[in-house]
Amino acid sequence: MNWTIENWDRLAEALGEHVVMVGTALLISLAISLPLGIWAARRPGLYVATMSVTGVLYTIPALALFAFLIPFMGLGTAPAITALVLYSLLILVRNIAIGIRELPAELIEAADGMGYGRARRLLRIELPLALPVIVAGIRITAVSQIAVATIAAYISAGGLGDIIFQGITQDFGEKIVAGAVTASLLAIVVDEALKLVERRLRAASAAEPL
Amino acid sequence: MLRDMIAWAAAHGHDLEQAAGRHLSLSLTALGAAILLALPLALALVRRPSLAGSAIGAVNVLRTIPSLALLVAMLPLLGTGFVPAAVALTLYGLPAILLNTYTALREVDPDIVEAGLGQGMTERQLMRRIKLPLALPVIFAGIRTAAVQIVSAATLAAFIGGGGLGELITAGMGTLDMPQLVLGGLAVAALAVATEIGFALAERGVRRTVGSAA
Repeated sequence: MNWTIENWDRLAEALGEHVVMVGTALLISLAISLPLGIWAARRPGLYVATMSVTGVLYTIPALALFAFLIPFMGLGTAPAITALVLYSLLILVRNIAIGIRELPAELIEAADGMGYGRARRLLRIELPLALPVIVAGIRITAVSQIAVATIAAYISAGGLGDIIFQGITQDFGEKIVAGAVTASLLAIVVDEALKLVERRLRAASAAEPL
Repeated sequence: MLRDMIAWAAAHGHDLEQAAGRHLSLSLTALGAAILLALPLALALVRRPSLAGSAIGAVNVLRTIPSLALLVAMLPLLGTGFVPAAVALTLYGLPAILLNTYTALREVDPDIVEAGLGQGMTERQLMRRIKLPLALPVIFAGIRTAAVQIVSAATLAAFIGGGGLGELITAGMGTLDMPQLVLGGLAVAALAVATEIGFALAERGVRRTVGSAA
């Protein structure tokens, strides 16, 4: 435990880098997935096409995706965040599109009958009601991005993987374990926190008479 | 770039073959071990609901651990090489199979189970003849997820001396040899996509067989 106690500030710094990397990627992912998911929600052809392309991206192992990005983007945070965003698209677009599509048809008709325009219906009815499913997608995405970001240290993107890879080159077990355990704890805490948000949202939308 | 890649592949055909073979044997060992562990474990949990809650919670935590963290955690415990990589990959594939099997067995239509009991079936016969066959498509879907996850994470075995196609990428990174780097990436991606497609086709076959038997 000596290394961890003496170097807690370095561990905290790596954790901070990790959180910033994943947070940035998650924001960009949402900015791309929200319009795409909304657009694909009621267009089955577009939905299937998006799922096929993002499905193949999702299947490519992280190290391979980095290998493809390096010749174009070099090393560092840029290719790392690009890879994180590419991985997020399948789950995020799927959950946003399904969340909107599966809303009861009567609800949409009622909104139309009350004279809601398309934009107002989306913002006031569809997105709020789809929110639990969207948050579920964000949870899965955040956890997988935390995992891929660990590997991103290998292409000089920093974060908790840095501690792990330094530990491997220095053949220093405690450092490896400190990095691995901190990354795992981050994933577990984020997963549990977003599960809680998801549960609260579901309970809230079940309590509201619609 | 393409010409360089073809030249590299021609000159290093043997390395490529060896790395692919190692990747496959590593993945198959881990998938086999994960299936052999997950199925009896799920059966046991279905029989003991008092244990199931905490066990499923633990498996959910295991599922959240990043693949790299799981692999490198083996270094201080088991050292480098094939065995630690296979152990980590087994643990990585386990949750998908266990959770799918457990859920599928619990969600078998109670009316069908009732009908089996009415015919005088014992608990064992019920499991063998009714519950397992009906749960099979969902169990297989879990195996498919695990297979893709394992083949993908096996790339990281290169970091703990476990070999596999990841070594082509790490070697290419070490010398900044772009053709080797991209070729290694292509080989890994092709294997992962082929695993996904192969298992998806097999899953369709399983569903059709079970569907026509019911």
